[in-house]
Parts: sequence; C-alpha cells; structure tokens
Amino acid sequence: MGSYVPATDADRAAMLAAVGVESLDELYAAIPASVRLARPLNLPEGASELEVSRRMQALAARNTVFPTLLRGAGAYRHFVPGIVPAICGKETFLTAYTPYQAEMSQGVLQAIFEFQTMVCELTDLDAANASVYDGATAAGEAAAMCRDRGRTRTLVSAGVNPQTLDVVRTYCAAVDAPLQIVPTRQGVTDLAGLADMAGQQDACLLVQQPNFYGLLEDIPALAQAAHAAGAKLIVSCNPIAMALLRTPGDCGADIAVGDGQPLGLPLAFGGPSVGFMAATAAMMRKLPGRIVGQTVDAEGRRAFVLTLQAREQHIRREKAGSNICSNQALCAMQAAVYLAAMGPAGLQEAARQSMQNAHALADLLCQVPGVRMAFPGPYFHEFVTTCPVPTGEALSALEARGILGGLPLEGELAGHLLWCATELNTPDEMRCAAEALREVCA
Amino acid sequence: MNIPATLRYTKSHEWVEALPEGIISVGLTDYAQHELGDIVFVNLPQIGDPVAAGERFADVESVKAVSDVYSPISGVVQAINEALLTDPAAINADPYGAWLIRVSGVALPADLLDAAAYQAEIGED
Amino acid sequence: MSTAQIPLIFERGQAGRSQSRLPVSGAPGAEIPPALARRCAPRLPQLSEVEVARHYSALERRAFGVNNGFYPLGSCTMKYNPRLNEDVAALPGFTQVHPLQPAHTVQGCLAALRQAETMLCDITGMDAMTFQPAAGAHGEWTGLLLIKAYHRARGNSARTKMLVPDSAHGTNPASAAMAGYTVVNIPSNAQGGVDLDALRAAAGPDTAGLMLTNPNTLGLFDPNIQEITDIVHSAGGLCYYDGANLNAIMGVARPGDMGFDVVHLNLHKTFSTPHGGGGPGSGPTGLKNFLRPYLPGPIPVEGPDGLAWQPAGAESIGRVKGFYGNFLVVVKALAYLYTLGREGVPQAAAHAVLNANYLMRRIAHLFPPAYDAPCMHEFVCTLAQLKKEHGVSAMDVAKAMIDAGMHPPTMYFPLIVHEALMFEPTETETRETLDEVADALAHIHAQALADPNALRAAPRTTPIGRPDDVAAARAPRVRYPRPESEARP
Repeated sequence: MGSYVPATDADRAAMLAAVGVESLDELYAAIPASVRLARPLNLPEGASELEVSRRMQALAARNTVFPTLLRGAGAYRHFVPGIVPAICGKETFLTAYTPYQAEMSQGVLQAIFEFQTMVCELTDLDAANASVYDGATAAGEAAAMCRDRGRTRTLVSAGVNPQTLDVVRTYCAAVDAPLQIVPTRQGVTDLAGLADMAGQQDACLLVQQPNFYGLLEDIPALAQAAHAAGAKLIVSCNPIAMALLRTPGDCGADIAVGDGQPLGLPLAFGGPSVGFMAATAAMMRKLPGRIVGQTVDAEGRRAFVLTLQAREQHIRREKAGSNICSNQALCAMQAAVYLAAMGPAGLQEAARQSMQNAHALADLLCQVPGVRMAFPGPYFHEFVTTCPVPTGEALSALEARGILGGLPLEGELAGHLLWCATELNTPDEMRCAAEALREVCA
Repeated sequence: MNIPATLRYTKSHEWVEALPEGIISVGLTDYAQHELGDIVFVNLPQIGDPVAAGERFADVESVKAVSDVYSPISGVVQAINEALLTDPAAINADPYGAWLIRVSGVALPADLLDAAAYQAEIGED
Repeated sequence: MSTAQIPLIFERGQAGRSQSRLPVSGAPGAEIPPALARRCAPRLPQLSEVEVARHYSALERRAFGVNNGFYPLGSCTMKYNPRLNEDVAALPGFTQVHPLQPAHTVQGCLAALRQAETMLCDITGMDAMTFQPAAGAHGEWTGLLLIKAYHRARGNSARTKMLVPDSAHGTNPASAAMAGYTVVNIPSNAQGGVDLDALRAAAGPDTAGLMLTNPNTLGLFDPNIQEITDIVHSAGGLCYYDGANLNAIMGVARPGDMGFDVVHLNLHKTFSTPHGGGGPGSGPTGLKNFLRPYLPGPIPVEGPDGLAWQPAGAESIGRVKGFYGNFLVVVKALAYLYTLGREGVPQAAAHAVLNANYLMRRIAHLFPPAYDAPCMHEFVCTLAQLKKEHGVSAMDVAKAMIDAGMHPPTMYFPLIVHEALMFEPTETETRETLDEVADALAHIHAQALADPNALRAAPRTTPIGRPDDVAAARAPRVRYPRPESEARP
C-alpha cells in the first residue's frame, strides 16, 4: 500500500513509549466508542505510485481533448508561454502557506503585490486585492461591497454570463438582498430600460465587458446611468480584452472584476482559475480578502505584508464584510507571470489576433446558407449566430473533425450558437469548421 | 493617564463633552487609546444616522484587532470628524482633541462618570 | 541570506524589450470602435525571458514551503504534498478539457468527481458531496445555505441564529453572517470543550444550527459530541462539521456518525494538495440525504449513456462558483486517496496524532499546553507565564523559530488562550525532525531566559526584520505607483 508516513516500527515504538501509551489506538481514548468507526473504510486498497499514475492516466484518457476549440463562454484556450508553468511549478511557490510570516515570505508577498499592480494597470483602478476564487465569486463579492442599509438591490445586466448571474443571485439571496435583471436589447444592456428601473434602492449595476454574447457594452453610458441613480457600477471584464478596450477606470466604473483564467491558466475543466477585483481608492477598504501592502522594516528596508487585516474574518468575525480567507495565490502568480512574459505588446497582440480571428471565423460561418449573426453590434472574440439545423447535428459534425463548436444557447436564444476564436485558431481550422457546417446544413 | 476634569466618561471608555446649543461631542479616552495601541483606521457613522445609548456607533482598528465604540447617548449624528479617516493616529496622539462624532438633540445623561469616578473605574481594571 | 532588495518586476527591463510569442497575423484587421478603445497601453513589464526567469527565481528564494522545512502551522495541516499528484493533475486529459464540453467527451472528469465523492463520503459518513466550493470558508457558507434552504422548505423562517463556539475559526461566524444568520457565541468549558449548559440555554426554536470543529481548535476531541448534536437536533437545528481538523480522525471516526448533517473538507489540508502560497484550495461540502434537494448544480450522476450532468433541483441553493469548483485540486486529492487507500487513511491520521503528542510531550516542560490532556493532531501551548516573567511573547518565540530554519506555528489562536502557539506537525514529519525541533525550542526557551532582548529582535537571518504593520495599514500602498507623468487622463 502507499503511504507518506515515514515512521518505522522502531520509531513508532519509541514514540509511543515517550507519549506513554501502548498503541496507536490508545491515542484515541478520548473518542467515545459509540462514534468510533467499527469497520475498515470502504476504499480500495492503497496503491503504489506507479499504479496510481496508471489509474489516473486511464481516467484522463477517457476525456476528449479537442484539437480545435471554437467555444469560450467563460473559459478560453489561449497560447501559454513555456515559462509560465515552469515558474508556477516551482516547489516553494507550490508548497508555501499564506504569507502570514512576512519575514520569510517576501517572495510570495512581492509576487502578489506585483499581481495587484498588474490588475490595477489592466483595469485602470486604484487598488486590487490578492484575488478571490474566480470571476463569478468576484462579482458576488463586489455586489456585497456596494450594499449598505439604504441601498440593497443589485441590478444585473442580462448580458452577464449566466453562471456569474447564478452565483451573484446566490450571494444576494443568502442575505435576502433583492436582485433585478436589466434586459438586453439587440444583445446589449438596454439603457432605456435601465433608466426606467434604476432608483434609490439600488446599490450597484453589474455589467460584463465584452458581454456574454461577445458584444461590446457602452460602459461610459452605463456608468453614467448607474451613477445618476446613485448606484455603483461593477464591470466584469475579460482581462485579455482589456489590452484593447477602454478601461473600467477610464469609463467611470467603481469596481472591476473578472476571471483571470485567460491569462496563462489552462482550461482545467473550469478550475482552478482566479478572480480579480479592483476598486477606486474610495472603496479600497471594502475589498474582501487578502491585500498585500508595502511598508518598511525597522531598518527602513522595503517590505511587503498582508495589510488591512482588521477588515477580515479572522479579526472581525461575524462583522467582517466577507468570509473569504484563501485567495488563489498560485493562479494569481500564474496570471502575473503570463503578463510579464507577454508584455504589453504581446498581450495586445494576443487580444488583436483573437479579435481578428473571431471576425474571420464569423465571415466564414456566415457564408454558409442560413447562418447569420444574431446581433448587429461590435464584438470582441465571441459572437452569436443562428444555426439552420438543430445545433446538436451541427456540433456532432464539427466534433467528427476534432472541433468543439460554438456553445448552444438556451431560452430565447435556443437554436443559436455562441462562438469564440483566439490567437490559437488557424485559418485552416476555421475553414474546416465552416466546411463541416456547410456540409451538415446542405 | 490623562483624565480631564471638564469631561464626563463611560465605563466603556468613551468621553463626552457638552458643547453649546445642545451638541454633544464623543471620543475615546486616553486609557482606551493606550489599550488599543496604534490605531490604523476608524469606521465612523454617517451624518444623520441615529445613535442609541449603549449601542455601537463606530469601530476602531488596530493592526490585529477591531474594537467597537459605544454611544453614551441617544440622538442623531450631527457631525463626524472626517480628519480621522485619513489620520487615525490623531486618536493616539491627542485622544481628547480627536472627537469621533457630534450628536444633537439630546441632553447629557445623568449616569455618566466624572473624572474621579472614571479614574476609580480604570484603577479597578 | 542576502538582504538586498529585489527590484519589483516593474523596476526591471526596458521600454520596447519583449520576447517573440505569436506569429505575425495575416487575418484582416477588425478594430475596436474608437469610443470604446483603450487610450494607452497597460504599463506591464517589458522584459526578456531570462529577466522573467531570474526575477521569479529570486522571489522563490525568499519564500518557504513544506519542501523547505518543518511547517507546524496549527489548523493548516501542512503535510507533504506528493509530487505524483502534481504530475497527474498536469495530464492534458485534465488540463486541456473545456468545462462546457458535452458530457460524453468528459467521462474521465465526471468519473474523477464521482470517485472522489464516493470515497470522501465514506470517510465522513455523508451521502453526497459537492465540489463547487473553492476553499474551506466557501464550503462553510455552502453548508450553511443548505441548512437555510432546509428550514425554509419546511416553512420555518424563525430559525435565524447560528451557534458558534468561542474557539471557532473566524471564518465560522463570518460565513454565518454571509448566510444571513445572527451568530450566538457558545463558551468553552474548563476542559476546552463545548459548555453543555450554555449550549442548552442557547438552543431553541430560533436555532438554525451549530457549527463545530471536532477535534476543536485546541486539538481536543469533544467527548460529549453526541450529546452536543442531540441538544441541537432536539431544538430543531442542524449540525455543521468544520472539517479543518479531520486529519486527526479520518478513518477512525466519522462526522456523520457523531450526528453531523453537513460537513466541509479542506482538500488542501487533509488530503495533501498544496497550499500554493494561499490557494487554490478546495472545500467540498458533504451532506446527508435529506439535504440533497438543495445541492448546487449541475450534479454528476450515472445516466443511461454513462455519467451525465443533472441540473440543480427547483429547491437548490444555486451556484456558489463558476463551473464545478477547483477541479484539478480534486484530481490531486483523488490520487492521494488512491495511494493511501483503506489502510493508509487511518494510518496517516494515527501518525498525525502520534507526532503531535510526541512533540507536545517533548516541549511541555518549557512550553506548557493550554489544556493538559493527550491531544489529537495538534496542541496549543500558552506562553503567558514566559511573557509575564521574562517579557518574551509568543510572537518573539515564533520569530526565533524562523531563525532556527523552520516555519512558526499558528500564533495567537484560538483567541481563548493567552499567548497561544498552536503546533500541528502532521504525520509526514520524521521522528528525527521532531527531535530537532524540540531541541531548537529548548534552545529558544533558554535564550528567552538568558537574553530576552535577543529574541525580541528576531528574526535576524531573513532579508527583512519585523515589518512596520502600523504604517502599512495607516497609509496603504497596495500597488506600485504609476509615475505622475502617466497618470490617468
């Protein structure tokens, strides 16, 4: 059987004697017999490293890795420079705990401080935290930052990723805070509808840029509308798109959140990823979770520490603004290494090529009879099309060619597909996808 | 420990000063700031908020602790000391100058401690 | 160790320096509409690859992981993180799978979730488990929402109070508040367990539930556990088990058999997945059958054509995270469970308890335990006397341990013990290491008596001394400043 316990029989005997008990079992004398497990666990027998490796490889082999991905909807396959996993696999980064002991954790603290700065740069806001679980929970936490006694309602654009909406709904429902959906018009948040419903009970408006359908929202106008009602604006943004898009800070947003997975993290069946959060200076102290700050030691040397801890659960307990304890430190570092490896020009190029490929793909697909764009507005690297045959048939035809096609949408957009392209997609792949679609639609 | 004779006190270490026109100023005592250590942030109520005698109206943060501040009186917050939001250290440096809130619409309650009684109170701690 | 400042990544490199990453694109140029376009490029580092590599190598040298030395952080279970688990979680069959692929193309992922669920349910005595929660606190909150949904489904809106012992982790009351509950603190008795009279007095028609860590944060198994859960159940409340300390009893006793209805686990503690400097973790929430209707969805189930996703039920608490949680962390824990298996799981637990008791016995004469009883997987010392007589605090001892080449234990927790140091050695430490640690602590204790000022100046071997936390919090600098000339328009 496998084990990571180093004790030999002689060790065990000596240690039991030192403790003053006869057996390992005696160590559990405090546990009443009535709650002791009277049988062995119903687990397989332990196994050697080689056996476990084989078993796990067999599991992995039961998944299909699509050579071509034309689907995003919240998880994106981008190019990852080789140095990114190499750095994040370093044993010390991997096996360190949260850097509460600052003197021996300057490396982790500095890496997080640099991540926070990069998030501020991408979003053009003043302060960022050390990260939260993912983009959806970041949105839920952001909405909680905005609520106060007088303003409790959260407005959420129907253009927000439905999973993000679900998570925000859970966060709000947990404390009986109301949530109202703002409808879309031609795929983007309906400004007129927003103006009608926004009022003095509203804490914030949550929108997504680019939105779930890939469309670009008019963030400056949305900021104006939210602020006119006295509400805060939260922008959930794709960090790669931020290389090209007008920033949340520049548009007047109070908080920017998003999922950092596109920044050098693998798809990984949806996790782990990393949620980033940035806010204006005025809202900095409402940010949840860990924040690294710069200070000095007694000799005046630059030092980094976890700061503003009196906001957090381990001190404020039930009065804390959030229960969040861990961040996704290693994933945050992965995003930071990615950004450092790509540089500003590389990031902009990845964004530009993703956008160009998406537009090229849209052109190819729309040459197939019966396929048209669902919405007229400008888009980044995702877009929605109609599908003249049942979406399942179209997707099966693509799957036969090793292509994961667009995501079939539900509800009012049933029968539509949400496509995505990134810099990884080649012209050949995209032609092949259009060809497969043409065949199945013929 | 500095305990000015002109002020009134609570057992939870707030000081109270009656200003003209029925305005009452509330802050933390020298003893309180000493016990709390270096204060790094103050969460104050908003102007217009009601406060109730014996209930918390603010909290003060040190690096590893947060402590509630209780109102000695019931009334409405008429002013907050906004300077403390950027300079919380003023509470450590000058606790009787660093008022937290001013409350209007109340008379000074009778059950507050005078300086001698407060001195006796903290002497017992 | 060098104490020279490591430049920030923004202080390295040169404008215009970069590494070629992408081919030149031949696709036609779509452009962002000018009104929505970014006005100036983000100020990201401009570095060669070797600069990036050396920067992070320098940072790595100023960090400390389980692989670097002894790491007895109480309640954190810093056991060895097997490398095999990293290797299997890096298989492309797991990492390159899109979360929204059709179910028939992700049978391996669904099977991994189901197998982990089956094994962890057997270990905890639960009937189902959701892997959506990404961390312990997230799992707590999810569990409390299940309790809330249960009461609500029974038309009971009067149960607004959550009972939390005063020895609990701060996440417990914070999670309760985030789930809309009012927290009622339950004091500890003289033996460090739950005060039964206080519990009886607090439990009533407004009780939604109790959150309990057992073994508790003092490292003690509460012998009244069944009476505790009975009191809460009799009052109509449910019992929530915080799995932070499961490492002591896995395979030996099960929360489900103690009367708990909901649990959360920390795969990054008990099941050996690495902490990564603060995450990613995984905090699955387990539950008894009667709470199934409230599970977040989608739920992996056996279907006619293999494993499939079942949507959340009408009474679901809703999603708590995007997709299915920190999947790769679950993969690592699964590999660990396969390695240990039926015998290895309780063996690990028993050796965690043995190591803790051994270290406690070796240092008890110098650093007395807060409660003088055999401990489970961790124990709490109180340095109140050392502080009083010699002016040396738990913090000073902790910092001196850094100079001795190890990570300090958890400090100043639980809150009910003065000058607390909480040691959790874990089962993967050797007897030699524990002996060395005990010797080092004895040396520190001797120094505390002989030259307390030296301890108050610790650590001395690190790149920085004790940082100015007050300055950091009074005037927070949480990002590298942008030069004035490049301020936002």
